[in-house]
Amino acid sequence: MTLDRPAKQIHLAAHFPGVNNTTVWSDPRSGSQIDFDSFKHLAQTAERGKLDFFFLAEGLRLREQKGRIHDLDVVGRPESLTVLSALSAVTTHLGLAATVNSTFNEPYEVARRLASLDHLSGGRAAWNVVTSWDAFTGENFRRGGYLEEADRYTRAKEFLQTVRELWDSWAPDALTRSGGEFVRPGGIGFFEHQGQHFDIRGRFDVPRPPQGNPVIIQAGDSEEGREFAASGADVIFSRHSKLDEGRLFYRDVKGRLAKYGRSPDDLKILPAVSYVLGDTQEDAEERAAEIRRAQVSPQTAILFLEAIWGRDLSAYDPEGPLPDIEPDLGTDVSKGRAQFRRDRAETAAKWRALAAEKNLSIRDLVIETATHQTFVGTAASVAEEINTFVQTDAADGFIFAPHLTPGGLDDLVDKVVPLLQEKGVFRTEYTGPTLRHHLGLKELS
Amino acid sequence: MTLHLAVALDGAGWHPAAWRAEGAQPDRLFTAGYWADLVIEAERGLLDWVTFEDTLSLQSSRYDGPDGRLDQVRGKLDAVLLAAAVAPLTSKIGLIPTTSVTHTEPFHVAIGIASLDYASKGRAGWRPRVSGRPDEAAHFGRREFPPFDLANQEFITALFEEADDAVEVVRRLWDSWEDDAEIRDAATGRFIDRDRLHYIDFEGKFFSVKGPSITPRPPQGQPLVTSLGHGPGPYEFAARGADVLYVTPKDRDDAHRIVAEVREIEARIGRTGPPLKVFADLVVFFGGHKAGLDELDGAPLESDAHVFEGTPAELADLLQDWDLEGYRLRPGVLPHDLNVITRELVPELQSRGAFRTAYETADLRGRLGLARPASRYARVS
Ligand SMILES: Cc1cc2nc3c(=O)[nH]c(=O)nc-3n(C[C@H](O)[C@H](O)[C@H](O)COP(=O)(O)O)c2cc1C
Repeated sequence: MTLDRPAKQIHLAAHFPGVNNTTVWSDPRSGSQIDFDSFKHLAQTAERGKLDFFFLAEGLRLREQKGRIHDLDVVGRPESLTVLSALSAVTTHLGLAATVNSTFNEPYEVARRLASLDHLSGGRAAWNVVTSWDAFTGENFRRGGYLEEADRYTRAKEFLQTVRELWDSWAPDALTRSGGEFVRPGGIGFFEHQGQHFDIRGRFDVPRPPQGNPVIIQAGDSEEGREFAASGADVIFSRHSKLDEGRLFYRDVKGRLAKYGRSPDDLKILPAVSYVLGDTQEDAEERAAEIRRAQVSPQTAILFLEAIWGRDLSAYDPEGPLPDIEPDLGTDVSKGRAQFRRDRAETAAKWRALAAEKNLSIRDLVIETATHQTFVGTAASVAEEINTFVQTDAADGFIFAPHLTPGGLDDLVDKVVPLLQEKGVFRTEYTGPTLRHHLGLKELS
Repeated sequence: MTLHLAVALDGAGWHPAAWRAEGAQPDRLFTAGYWADLVIEAERGLLDWVTFEDTLSLQSSRYDGPDGRLDQVRGKLDAVLLAAAVAPLTSKIGLIPTTSVTHTEPFHVAIGIASLDYASKGRAGWRPRVSGRPDEAAHFGRREFPPFDLANQEFITALFEEADDAVEVVRRLWDSWEDDAEIRDAATGRFIDRDRLHYIDFEGKFFSVKGPSITPRPPQGQPLVTSLGHGPGPYEFAARGADVLYVTPKDRDDAHRIVAEVREIEARIGRTGPPLKVFADLVVFFGGHKAGLDELDGAPLESDAHVFEGTPAELADLLQDWDLEGYRLRPGVLPHDLNVITRELVPELQSRGAFRTAYETADLRGRLGLARPASRYARVS
């Protein structure tokens, strides 16, 4: 690698193991997915490793398959902001990122809750703006599924803009608290917003957050999603964790910044990744294969196939060949998981070809196609690979989603982070109090 | 008989000029440390719980809208998040935030309070609050409210009906996972037994909610629901959905008249389960600083609750004389009046055999003698 610029500093974050099949609950070391101590262990491990932030995902309706609640993966999680607020009491520097949907919330509440977390944590709050809009999720909320898919980003965009107006409504020096004056005249948050989605006015009730505006994360991948991120996000949480596609995505999104008057450093691209360490490469690969097998139980293999085929395939043997019958593309048996919705015909054709070519059983096929570990190797080779990704602009860093709760981050922090620190590409101490500072973002007054 | 004591935390204290009192900490109001110090102090005093006030609008000295004043505390933090931020730093005291049942989605409330119950290991409660002010509604823009008028019975009745539904939805969501729903059965590959998860299928006049919750059943099963009321309508709301009712009697006779009224309402609506625990709210000042604060504020303190001024022994006399199950004390000035409660009032009551000398239970419901209820959806076996 010979690039004529100083080495980029890597940004690392930790994702609490989520509610999909990548989280291995059957492992004897697997602990509670809901007890606060699990969250505390992972967050404190992340902070021990000087990571940038700790991330919680969100899904506001339990997923279903064939009209019944999906029962094979981890099910159930707490409300992100409440847990992060509690974590703020047992950490001191770690950023705290909450996923909060912009369809089934209102700007006033989201703005005050994020501003509150920012105050309570001394400037460590982040908001991952997601746009799930489906009527299925809407059934848990007063308005139901009121929003068209095409409007999910017009609402998200106006939502974020409105939230920023609320955060900015209190002057930075509003609180005088001396003499007889608590707030100076003109300091209090008056706001008025009229737009397609929001027509609101009044007084915001939380003083300006310590970071000015908490960090904004965006995780959508569509054309509109990328444009939304380029226009206003500080971080993109991406799915593009392979070197080539990572570079393409990186170039694409960073290239969109100039038209919003932003520079490439204003938006950090952090793909979601996983890792497996071993004493040798072979050892690591063996472990990785074991983990992938645990991630795809026989029942999970059938479920993946059903989601693509749109049919009940429970009669098929997961260790046997693919079914002869064709997918039913008119039927969607899977609800609440976005990744299955697109390109089912194409996926089915690919799967058939691959199974034929390699003579794979249903389960082996799903293991091969639906599981993936980004970094597999020794601590030294993984550290090298992480650095290569970042220095060659496939990413600015990563969000690590371990497969085990709560110990899944221990190895990364104990073995890989020290090597990145030795290379001089990752901090050895936090150098400032706020998440904006950790991420190298412009400070706002 | 021993009594229960809770403390209501709000800003710099319940006097509007409290932030200007000696020992007040106006510079720390928006920090976690300020709230942690207060709640740790309350726990040191073995108090039952603390409540956190909240509204979805800027504080005001008027009940019907904003007042434009700048000489009182303005600005606050979200109560659920405040409670969560002190949860890991305490281990026994109950934590009861306020949320709006008019504007906040019941689904969000249910998972927030359940998550607080997890973070505090079974010490969460909830105070649902009805919001009737038009300026608060304008922060959401989803509906327009008429100018606030207590005589507008039709409007207020509808708000409370809607609030009844919101509490019902939250309670159903807490029950929507049976306790043993997580099975981790490797043989069948199942993490949960989905037959032990339940759609709540709530359909009411104002909204419908499908369920189940995304959060497993909280440690207490049903976190403690507490409600403040000043008259028959709010008493009925509490009788339908709450475990504890805070009331605002002016004296001993008024207190007993209110309790009798609450019992009548409970009977009339056919409340099942344990009767409401009725607590009296009292604003308390120890040590003669109220007059000076009144002067700073430009008017004597006005309060919905009885205002007590005097010594800890005098307050102990009052609490015993009124003879209620419990009280929620609103300290006039923080931390001063809280410190007097924990360091002088509590020892005084203990010496009279009227207050605990150690926490009996780690969970909040148990402290009130309330059993952990089975999920309403659990099959009777
Ligand atoms: C890596 C990644 C993580 C995501 N996490 C969540 C999540 O936790 N909750 C959620 O509701 N949506 C999540 N999403 C969905 C997106 O944020 C987005 O709202 C959705 O994909 C629709 O936008 P799109 O069409 O631009 O992809 C995630 C997406 C990506 C790429």
